[in-house]
Amino acid sequence: MSVLMQEMSERALRLGVPFSAQLDLTYRCNEQCIHCYLDHDDHGEMTTAEIKNLLKEMAEAGVFILTLSGGEIFLRKDFFEILECARALTFCIKLKTNAVLIREAQAARLRDLGVESIQVSIYSHRPEVHDAITKVKGSLRRSINAIRFLKSQGLKVIMANVLMTGNMQDYHGVRTLAEELGAEYTLDPTITPMMDGDRTVLDLNAGESALRELFRDEAFVGNADEFCAPPLPPDENSMSSLPCSAGHTACYVSPYGEFYPCVQFPLSCGNVRQQRFIDIWRDSEQLKEVRSIRLRDLSGCSQCTHGSTCTRCPGLAFMEGNMRGPSTADCEKSFARTGIPSVNLLAKKEKKSSSRLVQIQVVPEITGSRLSGMAVPANAIAS
Amino acid sequence: MYIARSPRIAARMLGEEMLVMSGQGSTLFTLNPTATILWQAADGATPLDEIVDRRICSAFEVQPEEAQRDAEALAQDLARHGILLVSEQPIPAQPPAKPGAPVQERRL
Repeated sequence: MSVLMQEMSERALRLGVPFSAQLDLTYRCNEQCIHCYLDHDDHGEMTTAEIKNLLKEMAEAGVFILTLSGGEIFLRKDFFEILECARALTFCIKLKTNAVLIREAQAARLRDLGVESIQVSIYSHRPEVHDAITKVKGSLRRSINAIRFLKSQGLKVIMANVLMTGNMQDYHGVRTLAEELGAEYTLDPTITPMMDGDRTVLDLNAGESALRELFRDEAFVGNADEFCAPPLPPDENSMSSLPCSAGHTACYVSPYGEFYPCVQFPLSCGNVRQQRFIDIWRDSEQLKEVRSIRLRDLSGCSQCTHGSTCTRCPGLAFMEGNMRGPSTADCEKSFARTGIPSVNLLAKKEKKSSSRLVQIQVVPEITGSRLSGMAVPANAIAS
Repeated sequence: MYIARSPRIAARMLGEEMLVMSGQGSTLFTLNPTATILWQAADGATPLDEIVDRRICSAFEVQPEEAQRDAEALAQDLARHGILLVSEQPIPAQPPAKPGAPVQERRL
C-alpha cells in the first residue's frame, strides 16, 4: 500500500469510515474450481435496483475503494449497468473475475468506464493444470486471451495465483506468464473453508514443506533470511494493535445483502435489504464486538512469539470457532516461515499426544446395586 | 474559462479532504479546500469566474482579481494531472480519456 493510501486508511479508521468494501454480485460461476468456498446456486440475488440503491448508500457512507467480485461477475446480465452506476458515484473500482467472458468489446468498455484494476485468477501456466482446477477445458486459453484484450486497452491487470497441492510447482511459470503479458502478479498460499463451515476443502492446502520452500524463494520474498527470521515477542504497542481492517475500515456484502466484516469472516452483522448500509456499519453489535478486539485479547496469540508478526486472519479464526482465537492456517505459515511453532500449534501437538491415551469412562450407575460408589473420576486417564 | 471533472476520476470526501484517484490508479491526490471547491463545482457549464465569485471569495475573504488568478492557475494545474478538463467554451459530457501515467502521488 502506498504511503498516501496508508495515511488515508488511518484517517478513515479515526473517522469511522468504511473506506473499502467488497460487493459480490453473484455466487454463480462458469468455472467450478476445486478449492472454491462458495455455494454457486442462486438463493435470491439482489436485483439491479437493490444494488444501485446499495451503491448510493455506500457512497454516502464514504466507501471509496469498491471491489466487485463473485462468483463470476460477468454472469450478471446487468453487470455493466451496475458498473456504470458505480462509476457515476465516483467509486474507485477493482474487479475480480476469471475473465473467461471478456472479449475486445468488454475490455474496451471497462477502459471507458475507468476501472482501476482487474484481478484475474490464474492457477498455472499449463492448461492441463489450470483447467483441472477450474474443471473447464480451455479456460486458461480464454483467460489469457482476455488478459491480452485488457492489456491492449491499457488496463491494469493482476494475476492472482492461489496455491494448493495440485499447482504448487507452477508459481514460477505463472509469474513468468504475467511478466510476458504485462500483468502484475500476486500469490496466495491459503485455501479457506467453505462459507457454510465445511473444512474438507482444506485438504488441498499446500503442505508445510512446500510452504517452507516458498518462503525461502528469494524471487518472491526478497531477503529470505530477513523474511524467515525468528520474530520478537509482541511489545506493549503491538498488544494494542488491531488484528486487521475487517470491520474497522473494510466490509463485505454478499449477493443476498448479508453484511459481513470481510469476505473471509462470515459473521452476519445485518442485511442491507432490511437496514441502511450506514446503520449496520455504525450500530451492528457484531461489528462493535469485532472492533473491540486487540492483540492482548487473543487467547494464545497474545502469549505467542509470533503475536506481532503473524498474518493471523480473524475471519479464519472465527471459522475455527473463536474470533479471539488463533487461525491455524496462519500458525502453520508462521511455523513454515521461521521454524518456530506457535503457542496454538504446541497446544494442538500436546492435545494430540494426550488423545492417544485411553480415557476411562464413568461406570454407569446400576439400579438397585451398591456399585455406583465405585465410579472412576471422569478425568482419570491411563496409558 | 469553463472546468469539468474528468470522467476517469474516482473521488470521495474523507473528513475535510477530497481524495482523488485516476481511473487507472496511476495517481492518488488529496485536494486542498480550494481545489475541492473547484472539483465539486466543475460541471462544465458554470464559468470559472462565477464559481470563484460565489464559492471562493465568500469562503476565503479574498479579493476577486487575486482569487480569479489563483483559481485559473489551480485549474490548469489540476488539468495537467488529468483531474479537471479546462476549456474556453462550455464542456459537454466527455468520453473517457486514455489511461494515464505511471504510479505517483501528489498533494495539490
